[in-house]
Amino acid sequence: MDRMPKWADVILIPLFSLFLAALISALVIWAIGENPLEAVRLMVDGAFGNTRNIGYTLYYATNFIFTGLAVSVAFHARLFNIGGEGQALLGGLGIAYAMLYVPWPHWTLAILGGALASAAFGAAWAAIPAYLQARRGSHIVITTIMFNFIAAALLNYMLVNPLKAPGAMEPATLSFPEATHLPNFQTVFDPLWKAFAGPEAATIFQRSPANVTFFLALVASVAVWALIWRSRLGYEIRAFGWSQPAARYAGYNATRITVVTMLISGGLAGMMAVNQAMGDAERLVLNAAEGAGFIGIAVALMGRNHPFGVFLAALLFGALYQGGAELAFWTAIPREMIVVIQGLVILFTGALDNMVRMPLERVFGALRRPAKPGTRSAQQGPAE
Amino acid sequence: MTQTAPAIELKGISKSFGPVQANKNISIRVMPGTIHGIIGENGAGKSTLMSILYGFYKADSGAIFINGKKTEIPDSEAAISAGIGMVFQHFKLVQNFTVLENVVLGAEDGALLGPSLAKARKELKALSEDYGLKVDPDAVIDDIGVGMQQRVEILKALYRQADILILDEPTGVLTPAEADQLFRILERLKAEGKTIILITHKLREIMEITDKVSVMRRGEMVGHVATADTSPPELAEMMVGRKVLLRVDKTPAKPGKVVLKVEKLDVTDEDGVHRVKNVSFEVRAGEILGIAGVAGNGQSELLEVLGGYRRATGRVEVNGQSIDLTGAHSDGQSRRARGIAHVPEDRQREGLIMDFFAWENVAFGYHHDPAYQKNRLFMDNAALRAETQAKMDRFDVRPPNPALTAKSFSGGNQQKIVLAREIERNPDLLLVGQPTRGVDIGAIEFIHQRIVELRDQGKAILLVSVELDEILGLADRIAVMFDGRIMGERLPSETDEGELGLLMAGITDTDQPHSVAEVEARLAYAGSDGSKGA
Repeated sequence: MDRMPKWADVILIPLFSLFLAALISALVIWAIGENPLEAVRLMVDGAFGNTRNIGYTLYYATNFIFTGLAVSVAFHARLFNIGGEGQALLGGLGIAYAMLYVPWPHWTLAILGGALASAAFGAAWAAIPAYLQARRGSHIVITTIMFNFIAAALLNYMLVNPLKAPGAMEPATLSFPEATHLPNFQTVFDPLWKAFAGPEAATIFQRSPANVTFFLALVASVAVWALIWRSRLGYEIRAFGWSQPAARYAGYNATRITVVTMLISGGLAGMMAVNQAMGDAERLVLNAAEGAGFIGIAVALMGRNHPFGVFLAALLFGALYQGGAELAFWTAIPREMIVVIQGLVILFTGALDNMVRMPLERVFGALRRPAKPGTRSAQQGPAE
Repeated sequence: MTQTAPAIELKGISKSFGPVQANKNISIRVMPGTIHGIIGENGAGKSTLMSILYGFYKADSGAIFINGKKTEIPDSEAAISAGIGMVFQHFKLVQNFTVLENVVLGAEDGALLGPSLAKARKELKALSEDYGLKVDPDAVIDDIGVGMQQRVEILKALYRQADILILDEPTGVLTPAEADQLFRILERLKAEGKTIILITHKLREIMEITDKVSVMRRGEMVGHVATADTSPPELAEMMVGRKVLLRVDKTPAKPGKVVLKVEKLDVTDEDGVHRVKNVSFEVRAGEILGIAGVAGNGQSELLEVLGGYRRATGRVEVNGQSIDLTGAHSDGQSRRARGIAHVPEDRQREGLIMDFFAWENVAFGYHHDPAYQKNRLFMDNAALRAETQAKMDRFDVRPPNPALTAKSFSGGNQQKIVLAREIERNPDLLLVGQPTRGVDIGAIEFIHQRIVELRDQGKAILLVSVELDEILGLADRIAVMFDGRIMGERLPSETDEGELGLLMAGITDTDQPHSVAEVEARLAYAGSDGSKGA
């Protein structure tokens, strides 16, 4: 018997956890002598106050959708892919090679090529830990973390030596050719808006980095949903994740599932670079992943490893990221405070899940009992 | 009637877990110096009731009287000081401690272990002599058999001055000889004035040893009867709520051609333990070969090899063609393709994904079946749901709802789902491990009928079970495994529990008299993994 209605599990618990995280964040802000309500106002305004801010929020959210999906796919096979950061960095390398060495005629082809290249590089980076896990039993958490460091060092080398723009002092590649630049939200939506609201209307999404990669992220979300819940491979991944002895009994190949799942996961993490390198920077810079690989873990955790949940959680973390930056800009609240708030959100939605869940389950249990007195007794009792 | 107060009296005990009422207004009186049986199907609430008595759960309402005195039992410590001792179905022993250390554990007198152990050694000796519970106090638990481990559990309770002993399904892991020995110990305890509560679902045990029996069904107490005034069919009817066929109804087998031929099979597991030793046998179409034995004597490994997920050496032929035993070219998938279906011993660990819906579990192992595909990319979940619904109707799965997760079904209904999936594949060879473990009487009847039906359709069936009743009732031929070897084959009509019990202990000269001590000594030497599963 499920103890709680599904909606409570999916909606109520995250909201409650979020509320608790916000409450403690407010206390911390109050403790350092700032006004929590003012901070909330600034953050909400910073994340959603105008189309430029919304654009930033969506830009970050796009990164987090990719890395969140990456973590979720792996998690369905009970593989903890902590290496999203490194895989995203390698994805950037793939983008750099694809953009600098292939003469793309148009951005539509470039984005496909970029997506493929970044996914291939990200997947390749995940393949080694996957193989080591499947064949050698090296724990994937340890190896993927180590691979993050190796990726950072590798990117460092590549950007300081072979890929550095000639004559530049900065460890970054040349700018990608004009034809590969992705349309941002201003170019996509502003003409539509002007046609609707009149030519003298204020420009929307001005100077915001949100770009068409957002739609690629939506497509990826739907694809992941179909993969996990509709395809044969997804069936095997989930069966393997729930019970390895059962998967062995059924004859599902553990090595194949582990490696394929990690390839998909690494590919998704790698595709984050499409948004960052192609959509925004239009070149490859140092530390391009900006920690999104790690935030993906929190996003997957909060999104309950479901693409729709990941989407919502990515929006929330995008808003936190962008709102937090604004908060640090306009107040004496240090930027580190944002890390504290994000940490609290992760703590409450992830690690302390049961703290909220147990009391809620009890509440629902108590609500349910008097509703149907005596009629449930025919059901099976608890396990003996 | 005398004026002695009951050793235990429960009045109006009720306990709910969320919406499920596990115990409903239960009252029971257990007189001192008697053996009182509590019988009921899985999920009837027996264990919940005893957990309340032992302080693991707090009753929602009702009262407990010990020796006529109202007693609160908030935790197990209170239960122990009230003189209640519990022997659990799954022993709670530290495997690498000695018997003595296990007995003392939790009942030490002070910070220094020495005096406690010395005192315990003396008391253990006295207890052993008083009750005929012979154990070596310095033996390590790992090295002694299950029967001996159970004695340690009983000694633990007695050492804590228990006057009332509760035994939860005590014979589940014992051979018939060991069970007899246990019953002799219980009778001795009773003669010394101890009160014993025996929880079981085996009618035979109730009839053999108890003075009174209380029957539970779906959280309620349906009746108390004196054992002398009742019969197994009457008890079964009280448990299930309808008439139950206790004997398997089947015609003599008509064996056809050899479907499964196993020759000189050897299995060595990951730890280098030689699990199956030079095993050869045949199963013909239209017959059930039953493999009896105490758990952990190589039967599980045998099933895993045939099921395609354990490596072995030797030769196995199915329908005259050999199958790969190296694991290089085969797995569960290729075995299924060869017409082998497998109902595994542990349905919760292997046979089902407990968090999958029933309809997802119906595809388990067969999800590549073209009938389950919508197109090249996606599975046809609607077709799966419909098929599950049909299977549930045919196999009487309750509740018949394909959208419930496997874990929300009772053990019997989970087993029916596995059985429906495997049997309806129309296999040439069905491997069945422990088909009725943890399954209610009503469902056992149904499951046995289905297996016999499949046999009558001319299929070969390899049945592995630790329940001798089941083997004797279902199998057309019986092979007994001990320590990885087949000790002998018998026909059900020409053998009995006594002989099979000796074979299960590795004793082949079954026409000679053998003592229980000998049986136990033999068993202690094999079956080291006897606690697996259950």
